[in-house]
Amino acid sequence: MSEHIDSVKTYALVFAALIAATVGTTAVAFVDLGPFSVVVALLIAVCKMLLVALFFMHVRHSTRLTRLVVLGGLLWLLILIALTMGDILTRNWVGVPGR
Amino acid sequence: MITAAVPERENYLNNAYGIKSWLLTRDHKRIGLLYLFTVTLFFFLGGAFATMIRIELLTPQGNFVSSETYNKLFTMHGVAMIFFFLIPAIPATLGNFFLPMMIGARDLAFPRINLLSWYLLVIGGLFSLFAMLAGGVDTGWTFYTPYSTTYSNSWVIATALGIFISGFSSILTGLNFIVTVHRMRAPGMTWMRMPLFVWSHYATALIQVLGTPVVAVTIILLFCERVFHIGIFDPTLGGDPVLFQHMFWFYSHPAVYIMILPAMGIVSELVSVFSRKPVFGYQFVAYASMAIAVLGFLVWGHHLFVSTQSVYAALVFSFLSYFVAIPSAIKVFNWTATLYKGSISFATPMLYAFGFIGLFTIGGLTGLFVAALGFDVHVTDTYFVVAHFHYIMVGGTIMAYLGGLHYWWPKITGRMYPEGWAKLSALIIFLGFNLTFFPQFILGYLGMPRRYHVYPDEFQVLHVLSTAGASVLAVGYLMPMIYFIWSLRYGKVASANPWGATGLEWQTPSPPPVHNFDVTPIVTHDAYDYSTVIGQEVEVG
Amino acid sequence: MPANDAHAHAESPALRVQFDTEAQQKDASTLGMWLFLITEVMFFGGMFLVYTVYRNAYPGIFAIASSSLDVYIGAANTVVLLCSSFTMVLAVRAAQLGQRKAIILFLILTLILGGIFLGVKAYEWNEKFQEHHVPGSSFHFEGMQPDEQAHAQLFFSLYFAMTGLHALHMVIGVGMLLFLIRQAQKGRYSAEYMTPVDLGGLYWHFVDIIWIFLFPLLYLIDRHLKG
Repeated sequence: MSEHIDSVKTYALVFAALIAATVGTTAVAFVDLGPFSVVVALLIAVCKMLLVALFFMHVRHSTRLTRLVVLGGLLWLLILIALTMGDILTRNWVGVPGR
Repeated sequence: MITAAVPERENYLNNAYGIKSWLLTRDHKRIGLLYLFTVTLFFFLGGAFATMIRIELLTPQGNFVSSETYNKLFTMHGVAMIFFFLIPAIPATLGNFFLPMMIGARDLAFPRINLLSWYLLVIGGLFSLFAMLAGGVDTGWTFYTPYSTTYSNSWVIATALGIFISGFSSILTGLNFIVTVHRMRAPGMTWMRMPLFVWSHYATALIQVLGTPVVAVTIILLFCERVFHIGIFDPTLGGDPVLFQHMFWFYSHPAVYIMILPAMGIVSELVSVFSRKPVFGYQFVAYASMAIAVLGFLVWGHHLFVSTQSVYAALVFSFLSYFVAIPSAIKVFNWTATLYKGSISFATPMLYAFGFIGLFTIGGLTGLFVAALGFDVHVTDTYFVVAHFHYIMVGGTIMAYLGGLHYWWPKITGRMYPEGWAKLSALIIFLGFNLTFFPQFILGYLGMPRRYHVYPDEFQVLHVLSTAGASVLAVGYLMPMIYFIWSLRYGKVASANPWGATGLEWQTPSPPPVHNFDVTPIVTHDAYDYSTVIGQEVEVG
Repeated sequence: MPANDAHAHAESPALRVQFDTEAQQKDASTLGMWLFLITEVMFFGGMFLVYTVYRNAYPGIFAIASSSLDVYIGAANTVVLLCSSFTMVLAVRAAQLGQRKAIILFLILTLILGGIFLGVKAYEWNEKFQEHHVPGSSFHFEGMQPDEQAHAQLFFSLYFAMTGLHALHMVIGVGMLLFLIRQAQKGRYSAEYMTPVDLGGLYWHFVDIIWIFLFPLLYLIDRHLKG
């Protein structure tokens, strides 16, 4: 199992990357990217999540089952948000009488 | 009893006595019985509310209770039956008891968490019970906003809190089952050798783990909205009440499969045992459970066809809903194929299994009707929908639950139930059920809306038929209560394997020892390989 | 539990009766923890859904309301939390290596950092109270029309609900750390048995990940508008 022990150096590098990403996401928020600012913010957040999950939570050494559980959970979150937004975003495409 | 003087073999029931040995037990079998007791209580509570509903509907004028009381009656009927009976009924009682035994484990992976989840159900139940006694709740079991958050003057918060707490009971049970199935299988018990009861419980547990947290957070938001009026679901403050419906049904539609999947698992066992054949297309039935669990999460919008949901979303949800029919039909066809050329015996559990297959098919096919966007607009919020889901919930889940209870009763208690009385009650329940709910299909199609207690005169004949059926049904449900209790003392002593079944739970004495098996079993055969039990004593059939 | 169990489990006091081996027990606990975290994902997921819906509905108001939060305090607190994750992972590593004193040291450091995060959060909430940015009858956001006020209130409802739930998880995490420190001081954890530390680490990192998303979603909406 996760008896693979990472070095302090690995953890320190990941930690440094996380701090850098935090500074980066704060700085880029002050730049006008139009609709892409939220995309960039979320991309950076996803990268940070991956760093924490893969290294700090040892997902990169874990079993296939654990990875399946993680991916499954994220997929279900996506289903919840995507299908609901599928309704919200298409409500005003046509004016249906009574709606 | 000539053996009365001989000390009894130690089993899970007689290894310890006293109230503490039950309330602090970590034995999954005892916890299963605690659940059995609890959900039976809520079943009869919900049944009492149903009785009052049916009495009210005998006459068109609405002269038994007031409109407000009627609103509370159908709400509390729904809350008690769905959250405190149907959802825990099969997984937490029979699943708790038999899932570890069927895979050759000594207990669930987390016995203390298992006990905790029973306490959570009881605490949640007490909150809801308090709300019912203090004055009731009138929002419907769905708690639609903004009525539930702004206008209702009833005990919404206490009831919702009860459901919130009992939700964690459901989550923990599901989590326990998944880990147990993954990590606790006996040597040789491969995935493709697991009984279908275990497969269906595994699929159920996935839904419990993935769906229930969403309704928990929805209830938190409902709570905040009702107490602080922050506008999350209030259109006058910029909120979207239909968002509540999305979040509610993201859980509550899959919750329907929490209720029906374990029932399907029981029926798979019963059909195989009582026709003495392996389940036809075992792998397809196993994967069908998984498919239902996954597809069940993609169809919730079909509850929102007459809300402000976009027509495009409605089309997609309607389209996806049909896909659930495929794995469901696979199951029904495979059970039928299992019966083909089988050596069928008509013991009581099998009667319930037949009842399930017929009634579930009707409930499922009418489900296709209401999944169709156009037809659903016609029958939304009518008795057609009420009849449809009662065919699934009562005709499906409760039939299978009773079938399973009869089937495993000798294992649980070490005593046989009286076969003659049991067959009679199965027949009464089947007839009573159809008389109660079939007229409701017609009522709904003719336009009788649900949740009204005053109705036009022309509907009275059908309502009287339905009430008459409900009385028959009530008799049918009371009978097992009586003869099950009777059998504890006077029933014939059961052997280890009275049905000649293949499951591991039958390879250990009745009632089972504390840790289920004296020696951990080693599995060398597929489930339902009847060559392994040839020559064993069979008592019935 | 009755003592007359047919299966001998004498070799290890930590092995529970339902398991055959310690590896099986550890695998079961780890899987259980991950499944629990998935339920947490769906739990917070509902909040993220509501957030998505209303930010999509009222993007401008959300940007203005968001800019009333202090971005530097938010960023600093993010750094504090990331530091605590770093010390937590070092505690787990110390447990893997069986360095008992190091486990205690890093757990205490994590506890302190978690405490700082909660303290800063409390300071921020207090400010919101004084600015009347707390949803309810006294809510008021300067320079907005009444209907815009309602939409700004939605933002702050979500702000308090999401950071509140997150803080609740932090408090639970602090309780968990106190338990782990106490057990570690008793010498319960070694290279052979450190499952609780491992699982505690998973939980702590998960709570960190939630904040990693909350920070940009709540503090960083269109900051360029105000500069």
